[in-house]
Amino acid sequence: MASTRGKAGAIEAGDDKGLNGYDKDTIRDLYRTMLLIRRFEERAGQMYGMGLIGGFCHLYIGQEAVVTGLQAAALPSDTVVTTYRDHGHMLATGMDPKGVLAELTGRAGGYSKGKGGSMHMFSREKNFFGGHGIVGASVPIGAGIAFAHKYLKEEACCLTYFGEGALNQGQVYETFNMAALWNLPAIFVIENNRYGMGTSVERAAAHAQELYHRGQAYGIPGQQVDGMDVIAVYEAGKEVIAKVKRGEGPHIMEMQTYRYRGHSMSDPAKYRSREEVEKYRSERDPIENLKGRILKVGTMSEEDLRAIDREIKDIVADAADFATTSPEPDPTELWTEVLVATA
Amino acid sequence: MPIEILMPALSPTMTEGNLARWVKQVGDSVAAGDVICEIETDKATMEVEAVDEGTLAKILVEEGAEAVVVNTPIALMAVEGENLEEAAQGASSAPPVAAPAPASLSPSAPPPAVTVHEPAAAKPAAEPEWSGETETRTVREALRDAMAEEMRSDSKVFLMGEEVAQYQGAYKVSQGLLDEFGDKRIIDTPITEQGFTGLGVGAAMYGLKPIVEFMTFNFAMQAIDQIVNSAAKTHYMSGGQIASPIVFRGPNGAAARVAAQHSQCYASWYAHCPGLIVAAPYSAADAKGLLKSAIRNPNPVVFLENEILYGHSFEVPKDGDWTIPLGKAKVLRQGKDVTITAFSIMVGKALEAAEALVAEGIEAEVIDLRTLRPLDTETLVASVMKTNRLVSCEEGWSFAGIGSELAAIVMEQAWDWLDAPVKRIHGADVPMPYAANLEHLALPQPVTIVAAAKEVCYR
Ligand SMILES: Cc1ncc(C[n+]2csc(CCOP(=O)(O)OP(=O)(O)O)c2C)c(N)n1
Ligand SMILES: [Mg+2]
Repeated sequence: MASTRGKAGAIEAGDDKGLNGYDKDTIRDLYRTMLLIRRFEERAGQMYGMGLIGGFCHLYIGQEAVVTGLQAAALPSDTVVTTYRDHGHMLATGMDPKGVLAELTGRAGGYSKGKGGSMHMFSREKNFFGGHGIVGASVPIGAGIAFAHKYLKEEACCLTYFGEGALNQGQVYETFNMAALWNLPAIFVIENNRYGMGTSVERAAAHAQELYHRGQAYGIPGQQVDGMDVIAVYEAGKEVIAKVKRGEGPHIMEMQTYRYRGHSMSDPAKYRSREEVEKYRSERDPIENLKGRILKVGTMSEEDLRAIDREIKDIVADAADFATTSPEPDPTELWTEVLVATA
Repeated sequence: MPIEILMPALSPTMTEGNLARWVKQVGDSVAAGDVICEIETDKATMEVEAVDEGTLAKILVEEGAEAVVVNTPIALMAVEGENLEEAAQGASSAPPVAAPAPASLSPSAPPPAVTVHEPAAAKPAAEPEWSGETETRTVREALRDAMAEEMRSDSKVFLMGEEVAQYQGAYKVSQGLLDEFGDKRIIDTPITEQGFTGLGVGAAMYGLKPIVEFMTFNFAMQAIDQIVNSAAKTHYMSGGQIASPIVFRGPNGAAARVAAQHSQCYASWYAHCPGLIVAAPYSAADAKGLLKSAIRNPNPVVFLENEILYGHSFEVPKDGDWTIPLGKAKVLRQGKDVTITAFSIMVGKALEAAEALVAEGIEAEVIDLRTLRPLDTETLVASVMKTNRLVSCEEGWSFAGIGSELAAIVMEQAWDWLDAPVKRIHGADVPMPYAANLEHLALPQPVTIVAAAKEVCYR
């Protein structure tokens, strides 16, 4: 079972490759979701700076195309698990920005009523299963949800997102083994943003240039995808999701992406050069990339895009308003939900 | 109305920082996401990105400025349609998100005026005294029967673990289950505790009811992160949205002559953790009734069995729907002179000791704790108020052990009733030795309990 390198080639600015085949709504939604994540994260960063958000706050800026493209390819009945870098995943699964931002501010209106924070949110309704803080631990959990899909004979798959740093954890390989052994409908999405905190992928992972090979010993096919190109992600996602749902077993997707901001908020950023960050921002930005192609092809006009900008701006402003006015959780909440109450 | 740009904090503890560099200058147009300036502390440098768009109208804090207090306005930005000079005159209103952080976020905030106490948990009712028919069962059979009965009535229940299916269980607890339920529900796993435990937790989060068997709890140390961080904490962290109805079961404590890595009691490790329920039965009837309750319970339950007890026989009620409530201890023997508590295999030793104490004229009350979290403090405290003395027994180490917890509880809740210091009986504070004589010395024996009971009775 050979691993394949996806058609990851960088897309020239203005290139219309891939865009023509899609209707306006699909392209519009992809653009809109990425922009929502970007603006949401910028606002979260700002509110953190104002002391409204505490603790860790891992922003997704730069990586938007990964979750946006894949979740656009998935169905609402498919499930999602991720790590602490989870705000984008929640927005892409359709969770309410208000509830997400209010969780970041630790308020009663947050998805976890303020008891989870930035790293721990869930939505049973949107099939979003967290938000996990222990590097690597979410991978077997994702396979467990895939196991449940299969056990219940559902036509669904579980998308498990994790970093390239997490990929070195032992439990990931325990999971690959079981997922392949039991032919689970599991998609393992490696978000290779090139760094695990301050350690570059080359310093942490053997044979870092082909992480999608890591399932080969278990016969799990993998592919590399340009995670800065939302259309490439979407197309690869469609294919892989269909394949996994046909019962062909687990699949690994290595998304080559980049995080613009620090690991969390307080990051000395001494481990990479300013030029490197600038290069990704100016040449590979997923939002600018799509925007350029939209205008070139004429899928939407400048005015159409400005209207989306305005809409997103309002959504984020409303979320910020909600997140700062929602009350802190009632003190009695300290003691609730430790256990599920039994009669 | 121009927008005030405020000095941001890099971390919750940062109070001031330096303005290293202005990237944008007065008159520059700024789009959301553009870097406007760089700030630094002794620990880190951060680029400050614009959240709103507009034109930089005035710089209020020049670059190079040191010790700029967090939330100080550092620049003014004119929004679309605004005149630069007018904007530079000042912000007429605060930007929409400039609401102050709630008082409790400030490190210097006084403690909240209301102190909230832990609410008293609802107490489960004890199981009714069984007067119906019984059958003789080993603990091993009782555990198997419990699983089989629950699997018959709930298709979401399944068993996974090493050697549970074809081999019929490393200790033969799952004997016959593969035949009855098939390999979709009785699942042999690879020897990967962390992985299959995490997988079980994921399946539970989606609504299945896994029973995860550990060949012994010694190996669950590889999986304790998934048990504590994933299974126990997620319901709370999700604001009550995601439950983990899962049972982790297998033999715990000392077996016989298997040395240090295979002989350890984990009771106090798991009992320490909120979000878990921890049971450790002694008799076959309790093993069956408690395991059925554990499988039905919507929470993660750590179910500590004992290898040596697997072959012991007891009378078990003949009724597929009979269960034992989690959280209820059982007084196995009434007595007025001293309370002896135990769980799992130590219950047998405590009963033996109580028998021996009769000859000494001491009437011991023996309590089988059965569940360690939530602990039945009511039964414990009521008994100590009657006997005024407590001897606690466990195989595990004493430091921060179950006995230490019981001692604290009776000190807090029955201080005035205590006529002697609490005595803790426990395993020797060493890794379990292999040699037969040393192993015997390392484990608490009935004579140790007898001596302790006499000591607290001042005999
Ligand atoms: C088991 C464990 N070890 C260490 C940490 C601390 N930690 C949090 S994130 C992180 C880096 C992870 O990098 P990667 O998997 O690449 O994800 P990214 O942050 O880049 O999204 C580390 C070491 C942790 N949370 N869990
Ligand atoms: Mg990374």
